[in-house]
Amino acid sequence: MKEPIITMQNVSFAYQNKLILDGIDFELPKGKFMGLVGPNGGGKTTLIKLILGLLKPDEGNVTLFGESLETFRKRDKIGFVSQKANSFNTGFPATVFEVVSTGLTAKLGYFKFLSKKDKQTILRAIELVDMSDFSSENIGNLSGGQQQRVFIARALVSDPELLILDEPTVGVDQENVKRFYELLHKLNKEQQITILLVTHDTGIMTDYATDVVCLNKTLHFHGNPEEYCSLSDKDLSLFYGHPVSTIAHHS
Amino acid sequence: MLADFFNYEFLRYTFLTGLLIGIIAPLLGTFIVVRRLSLIADALSHVTLAGIAFGLMMEKLFLITFSPLYSGMFFSVVGSIFIEKLRTVYKTYQELAIPIILSAGVGLSVIFISIANGFNTDLFGYLFGSVSAVSQSDFLLIFIIFIIVVAVVTFFYKELLTLSFDEEHATISGIHTKHIHLLFIVLTSLVIAASMRIVGVLLVSALMTLPVAAAMRIAKGFKQMLFLSILFGEISVIIGIISGYYLSIPPGGTIVMIAVTILLLAIGFKRSRKSQQEMREA
Repeated sequence: MKEPIITMQNVSFAYQNKLILDGIDFELPKGKFMGLVGPNGGGKTTLIKLILGLLKPDEGNVTLFGESLETFRKRDKIGFVSQKANSFNTGFPATVFEVVSTGLTAKLGYFKFLSKKDKQTILRAIELVDMSDFSSENIGNLSGGQQQRVFIARALVSDPELLILDEPTVGVDQENVKRFYELLHKLNKEQQITILLVTHDTGIMTDYATDVVCLNKTLHFHGNPEEYCSLSDKDLSLFYGHPVSTIAHHS
Repeated sequence: MLADFFNYEFLRYTFLTGLLIGIIAPLLGTFIVVRRLSLIADALSHVTLAGIAFGLMMEKLFLITFSPLYSGMFFSVVGSIFIEKLRTVYKTYQELAIPIILSAGVGLSVIFISIANGFNTDLFGYLFGSVSAVSQSDFLLIFIIFIIVVAVVTFFYKELLTLSFDEEHATISGIHTKHIHLLFIVLTSLVIAASMRIVGVLLVSALMTLPVAAAMRIAKGFKQMLFLSILFGEISVIIGIISGYYLSIPPGGTIVMIAVTILLLAIGFKRSRKSQQEMREA
């Protein structure tokens, strides 16, 4: 078994006395592309926030790269992409290059300026997501799908080993969603980046992920995509807590 | 026409101070505008007014004389720290901090002014700016503020940009967003105190926001917007001070109206470029 990037042991979290996560045991080994699915309010985003250090667990342990969450400081090992295409300030007057450069800020540390090498790193990250033609374009002038690629570049520029994405394809059109997954697949295979992806598009996700985890307060399922796809609608309804019907997906 | 500015010492200091604030006000203003905190400058300028009123009251009641610039600066910095505190108290209504501090500033000003039984024309100068108000020691203090502001923005540029663009992402990546933010707001209060002699308390925020609003219309990228804002700020200050002096109008008024003119031109420029583009495409 490869070394785990994320380990959670018996993790519980309550928000204003409402139990959101209950005794989660979970492991994400290096090199995996894990899809995290579950109903709204099932605790997916809470789980991500715990991993990112934005929330602290009420009970249990979270370990990142073999280090306890409390002492973990190498935040640049983690790249994060949120549901930004929908919510960020689209009028912000920054170029693609400038936006991606902000991904290096924490890694460089205080009192450091961007060196020539850093600028090349930024351009490479932009190239990796296929946005080189737009590097001096204002971020607000791009489409939702393009913006999301820029945010991936921002997450990648610090050379992370783990990429966490929280419903990144919301507001992105179908054609670009496929392109987006191909990019993730490439990053996972070619750059050996471990990926944790929160998503609702289970159809397309199962074509690319290596693991699927279903979360609704507790972990209901952890297996490979084939196993997930072979689950009956009845099983899924149990996970989701309400009737579910699978819509056939053709890739 | 400029001869007076070289011949009279008081005009020279005013002019040099104008050049400095024409740089630092839009410089910080750029970050203020993109973070949607434009009204913070207004709140802080009203607190600065309370500081000035306090200084003038001390002078009148106890004959303790010091440049009101110092008391204004002190009140402004304390006010900025209060705003930060209030923003954490009202997490979901962060903008509430602004009217609270603004009204407290005006309230204190009124009390100080009436305790001292009203002031003379001095106060008018503080409200709308004056071409003859900057002494040599004031200029030195403002020069020090200028150096501090430019140095901090240069050294913390990438942190400020990261924080302004996406605060959540900045926090996740491990940047000390709270400290950077506090540093930034204290700088803002210093710039407001430095600018009030020339543009006046009521119009300080205009010098921080109008050039930025104009630059935003035409700039490509953040850095370009920053430099354009400073350029527009400088043009407004230079023309504003000179015309204010010759027309005997407080420079605050002329500076702001020049800035408004530039803003209107920028909006028109963008419109005409857009319609030209549309015509070409059609």
